[in-house]
Amino acid sequence: MSEIVEGFAAALRLIAGLDAELLAIVALSLKVSLSAVVLASVVALPFGAALAVYRFPGRRAVVVLVNALMGLPPVVVGLVVYLLLSRSGPLGFLGWLFTPAAMIAAQTVLIAPLIAAVARQSIAGLWSEYADELRSLGVGPLRSMLTLLWDGRFRLLTAVLAGFGRASAEVGAVILVGGNIAHATRVMTTAIALETAKGELALALGLGIVLLGISLAVNGAAYVINEIAQAREAEAAA
Amino acid sequence: MSAILPLQVRGLTFRVNGRVLLDGVSFDVEPRRCTVLMGANGAGKSLTLRLLHGLDRPSAGASRWLGPKAADARQHQAMVFQRPILLRRSAGANIDYALSVRGIARGGRPARVAEALEQVGLAGFEHRHARALSGGERQLLALARASALNPEVLFLDEPTASLAPAAAKRVEQAIAAIHAAGTAIVMATHDVGQARRLADEILFLHEGRLVERAETARFFAAPQSREARAYLGGELL
Repeated sequence: MSEIVEGFAAALRLIAGLDAELLAIVALSLKVSLSAVVLASVVALPFGAALAVYRFPGRRAVVVLVNALMGLPPVVVGLVVYLLLSRSGPLGFLGWLFTPAAMIAAQTVLIAPLIAAVARQSIAGLWSEYADELRSLGVGPLRSMLTLLWDGRFRLLTAVLAGFGRASAEVGAVILVGGNIAHATRVMTTAIALETAKGELALALGLGIVLLGISLAVNGAAYVINEIAQAREAEAAA
Repeated sequence: MSAILPLQVRGLTFRVNGRVLLDGVSFDVEPRRCTVLMGANGAGKSLTLRLLHGLDRPSAGASRWLGPKAADARQHQAMVFQRPILLRRSAGANIDYALSVRGIARGGRPARVAEALEQVGLAGFEHRHARALSGGERQLLALARASALNPEVLFLDEPTASLAPAAAKRVEQAIAAIHAAGTAIVMATHDVGQARRLADEILFLHEGRLVERAETARFFAAPQSREARAYLGGELL
């Protein structure tokens, strides 16, 4: 029991003292996860919107597939990205393995389906509301898609934040493709796993507290944004 | 000079799962006229408007634009729905969006936005958020957006339903102004008084069939069909 209390006390000292190693790990974690969120959003938001607006043969199968991919196991994603980026793999020439670039790639693959699926659902709801009006104005599918993405931006932020939450919390993918190398590819989740295994609870707990804080902040932001969007919707419907 | 009118409607039929919702409706829409579709709920008024505007496809029959620009008919018509959808942006931006879709150059849009807002009595509303407007103002904005496109024909689906009398009056005045400027109106309404005030002719629908078509004064003075007489007499059809 006293070990846990001491661990917490040491963790808080690390946070309060702005420990350089802790800060470096947090900074890299944020850089990797935020980059992945940006890249995944650039692809997944229009893709989700297209799935909501366009009608084509096999669309339902694609929707089911994207929904299923939301639950991709991070280690499987890590393994696939590892194979792609390994020296003998098709993307081995990039030389990304065991660099933050590989970690960003793995997290992008991991969260893109989640963002696309949530975006599709949001945009589909908006499309059912807007479809007649936009068709009446003569708006084509591509512009309809862009219009819905803009008008649904608050709802879509929830999708993006959900993606960030998943990226920042996963460990399986980044540890496989990043290798958890100190001062190079060590992020919060991999460091927590390593330090716990070593019995170094202070840094593990310190990082755990920061990770929890980030998770709470992200979820809080998602909640507030959702509330604002709903309030606007209610105001519009009044 | 007419661009797409007259509109010839012949045998317009719409079925869903074997149920006939519109049954062989035929009539013509002439330039500059205000044609009002009347009838009880489920008579087929809104469906007729949707079919004419091209939002749904008929199961049988057809509507044909006979004017010289018939191939480009979408550019010369507009529709305002009972509950119009306004984009989540300012009133001016809503109209600007519609103009941009129709290919109006950016430089020419602000003047048309202001003109359209003024026509419906919303002058100075450019920067007000569309979704913060009252129900009547939203309907007026939807009319302004449609009118800014300079349509030759404007379809209106129950434009004053669920509006308070004062708001309904403003909307009706805006419709009259748009009609006076030369736009043909095809409107569905339950409001007998409104039909009497605005319509040049009445099409009376009952259970998907066109049971009577007459000039407004004659329709109200001496309805020929049993269904129209019952409806005007306040019976529930």
